[in-house]
Amino acid sequence: MLKIENLTKTFGNHQALDHISTTFPENKTTVIVGPSGSGKSTLLRSLNFLEKPESGHYHFDDLDIDLSKPVSSSTILNIRRQTEMVFQGYNLFPHLSVIKNVMEGPIYVLHKDRATAKKEAAELLAKVGLAEKADVYPAQLSGGQAQRVAIARSLAMHPEYIFLDEPTSALDPELELEVLKVLLQIAKEKQSMIIVTHNLAFAKQVADKIIFVEDGKILFDGSEPDFFGTDNQRILDFISAMTFSDLEE
Amino acid sequence: MWHIIQSSTPQLLAAGFKYTIPIAIISFIIGLVIALITALVRLSSKKGFFYILKAIFRFYVWLFRSTPLLVQLFIVYFGLPYLKIQGIFPNGIQLNPVIAGIITFSLNTGAYCSETIRASILSIPEGQWEAAYSIGMTKTVVLRRIILPQAIRISLPPLANSFISLVKDTSLAASITIVEMFEVSQQIAAQNYQPLVMYSLVAVYYAIFCTVLTWLQGYLEKVTSRYVTTSAE
Repeated sequence: MLKIENLTKTFGNHQALDHISTTFPENKTTVIVGPSGSGKSTLLRSLNFLEKPESGHYHFDDLDIDLSKPVSSSTILNIRRQTEMVFQGYNLFPHLSVIKNVMEGPIYVLHKDRATAKKEAAELLAKVGLAEKADVYPAQLSGGQAQRVAIARSLAMHPEYIFLDEPTSALDPELELEVLKVLLQIAKEKQSMIIVTHNLAFAKQVADKIIFVEDGKILFDGSEPDFFGTDNQRILDFISAMTFSDLEE
Repeated sequence: MWHIIQSSTPQLLAAGFKYTIPIAIISFIIGLVIALITALVRLSSKKGFFYILKAIFRFYVWLFRSTPLLVQLFIVYFGLPYLKIQGIFPNGIQLNPVIAGIITFSLNTGAYCSETIRASILSIPEGQWEAAYSIGMTKTVVLRRIILPQAIRISLPPLANSFISLVKDTSLAASITIVEMFEVSQQIAAQNYQPLVMYSLVAVYYAIFCTVLTWLQGYLEKVTSRYVTTSAE
């Protein structure tokens, strides 16, 4: 179980996260939405210590970390080994073939033997529909394929949580769809996920829980039906803008 | 003229293969090791002791890039014998000329190559570090598995530049009594009074050595760039 309390983070004069508290339930998909620059990506990156919040508490299983103090690198490594990040820009390792991208973590972090890692990687590539791309380099993939490899790479670590930072924002709708199908499948298998996205149609389908962030604060924290049935005018405006429903008027 | 070329070539090439090429290769390998260590220390974000270490390495790079190579050779070979320290070097540091040459060339090329390697590591996108860190890799593993393999490809052309420069700079070793290829050409020219022919001939042999290196660079670039394609499959 991942839980944060009073997380704060400032960049210069800008307060990116302003006393954020919430929980991310296990085996569920939590979707974080909000306008650009609201702090939702910073929140996600803080969960994996790619950003270091200045204060607050971070609870992960038995760990209780006081963020106002320096966090040891062994603690950060421990958390990172159990949580994976999927980036908007894929960030595949360009010098390694697709299957080696997936095998890299299991071999060099989990210290699995090469044969086992390769077998698992091949299965994961088949799962994301890319079995035939195992031996090509990332430069030869489309964006949708690259992101599916990145998802396979994160699954190979058998993480407790996968954090996805706008995983489909760089893709056109057709390629986005192939990535979203994979994510829906993973969500059905009860993989704990936290997804930052602008795609509300996808959020509606995949989310068990939705968090709406604006100006570094949480404006809504609840179930998917409650979010879309809200009477909060700010959230209604956001939903109508994101779904282009105002265009018809 | 053909006779001069024919008779002096064996001596020139013998000196080339005995001194010029071995000194260049050994100095470059040692220089690369020094360069990698220097680059990694200077890129380190560690505090405390590393802060002093970083200052030392910064001073080293500044020193060797700011003074002429010929002067460096003179200090190491002719100067150090006068560095008399009671208890440690009572008679000064007297080095065999080849050792003095290799030490100086290694330190000199190491200073330049450290900047090449530092720049190539810095040119790898931040996302590569983040992706590797989020898998749970330690910094050492990230460097070894993800960053350096990509940085090598980027640093190859400028490193080859440094190596080619070094091959030619070994001619300065003549001034510290090493009988390398250029020194041999000077000796022959002094005997046969044919400086134009002799120095042109030695220039051709340096050019041939460097051409071989240029081919090697091309081959290495091809091998290390296999993963880069401009067209989709």
